[in-house]
Amino acid sequence: MSAPRLRVRGVRHAFARHEVLDSVDLELGAGRIVALVGPSGCGKTTLLHLCAGLLHVDEGTIENGFATQAFMFQQPRLLPWKTALDNVALGLAAVGVARNERERRARELALRLGLAPVDLGRFPHQLSGGMQSRVSLARALVLDPELLMLDEPFSALDVGLREELYGLLLAHLAARRMGVLMITHDLMEAVRLSDEILVMAPRPGRIVARFGLDLEPRRRDEAWVHRNTARLLEEPAVRSSFGLPGLTPAPTLGGDDDTGSLARLPPLGPVVALARTASRC
Amino acid sequence: MKLLRAWILALPAYLWSGWGAIASLLMLVAAWELVAAVYGPLVLPDPRTAFATLYALVASGDAWPELAATARRALAGFALSVLVGSALGLAAGVSMTASAMSRPVVTVLMGTPPIAWLVLAMLWFGASDGTPVFTVFVASFPVVFVGALQGARTLDNQLRTMAAAFRLPPRMMFVDLYLPHVVSYLFPAWIAALGTSWKVVVMAELLSTQDGVGAALAVSRSHLDTATTMAWITAVVGLLLAVEYLLLEPIKREVERWREPHAAAGAGP
Repeated sequence: MSAPRLRVRGVRHAFARHEVLDSVDLELGAGRIVALVGPSGCGKTTLLHLCAGLLHVDEGTIENGFATQAFMFQQPRLLPWKTALDNVALGLAAVGVARNERERRARELALRLGLAPVDLGRFPHQLSGGMQSRVSLARALVLDPELLMLDEPFSALDVGLREELYGLLLAHLAARRMGVLMITHDLMEAVRLSDEILVMAPRPGRIVARFGLDLEPRRRDEAWVHRNTARLLEEPAVRSSFGLPGLTPAPTLGGDDDTGSLARLPPLGPVVALARTASRC
Repeated sequence: MKLLRAWILALPAYLWSGWGAIASLLMLVAAWELVAAVYGPLVLPDPRTAFATLYALVASGDAWPELAATARRALAGFALSVLVGSALGLAAGVSMTASAMSRPVVTVLMGTPPIAWLVLAMLWFGASDGTPVFTVFVASFPVVFVGALQGARTLDNQLRTMAAAFRLPPRMMFVDLYLPHVVSYLFPAWIAALGTSWKVVVMAELLSTQDGVGAALAVSRSHLDTATTMAWITAVVGLLLAVEYLLLEPIKREVERWREPHAAAGAGP
């Protein structure tokens, strides 16, 4: 099987006469995690919905070579009248997997993602927000999709829960060659999870910078993530996209050690490559 | 059939939870007794006389044909309003324009007193079954219509997008997405419409037909027979209570188990 890809070329999109996206290019191969970051309202979700086929492509091309895909939304979006287990198995039911088989697979994965056996028979309103997110993640992963699309799925969770779900997601991805396209406005989340970061700027939404991260996501520790997030934040493209003021010579971070070490680090380490590869191919 | 089993299994606990309701009903009977004692049996016969009269009516077999005729008309009108109201309401809910246009019409329908419809119906249908059936239909139609309209209008766009993202086939879209949502709005509306039907049918019969509970009430009124009047009223109200709390409410609980619990959950009927 040749490695499937998602190729987006020159995509423009407008809602009524309001231009949301302007000539966006992106490329995603199997086994890669690409993060789209940008401020709220920069067209990230529109781009993701276009890639998922939830919106019609007006201009440009999107070639999706992945045979199967799954989506995880910002809100859990569970069917309130179905139990957690049935919600997890929803996508399997849609492709016609028999009840016994889909319940077995759903149960197995849900338990692996930290749901308790009693939770499986509960309705969404009886579950906490964190549990609902696990159900939503399980619903996407149980399909074993070749392409996984994540729309800020962890943004409403607390730090501990988020870190746990990152771990579960990365552990699940490790055994597979799944392409992941995620969007987030949390730079740290992007640095934590992705192989490639695409920075988007608003009005109209376009990709203004591309960064690569070479260290395998599962081997990134907290210090690494912090360091590279800080570095990313120093990038002019990132600052202007998020509407941050230009960097002043004296950063306002509290600890002298922190600021000092940040400034002194070489821009590109051999392993810790936060390399700006290109802007707008 | 799962529903039937659940209904039977849940019934004892449900009935047990109904003690509070039964107590408050008995308070009402006590108040009735008090008023009867103060004003005398010509104004209001005491509950025991009314119940005894009702028992006699039932035992002699006189009650059943009247109740059956009333139930037939109420259910016919109710069924019509459920069919037409649900279908039109859903259709109107799908279109923004149609729902905006139908709102004032529904307000007019709801605001028109059933007695006005009854007068029109008597002119149109005479003394046939058509008069009470039509009146019941017109009175309960807007209730069902509004329920269906809201069910269709409030369908969550986010869930629809989710369903599209997971490529649910059309059959699953209907069974797993549209139907449960819409039923959660329709079912309460149907119950409300049934109550309306039952009340309106008696009124319609009182003025327009020769048989049925309403007609029997008209006869007992002309004889100044308050005991029989109260007996019929008790029968009508008792039947409604029984259908609502023994049949519909448990079904509703079972069907809507996924709903967030209300503050009054467990308080019984």
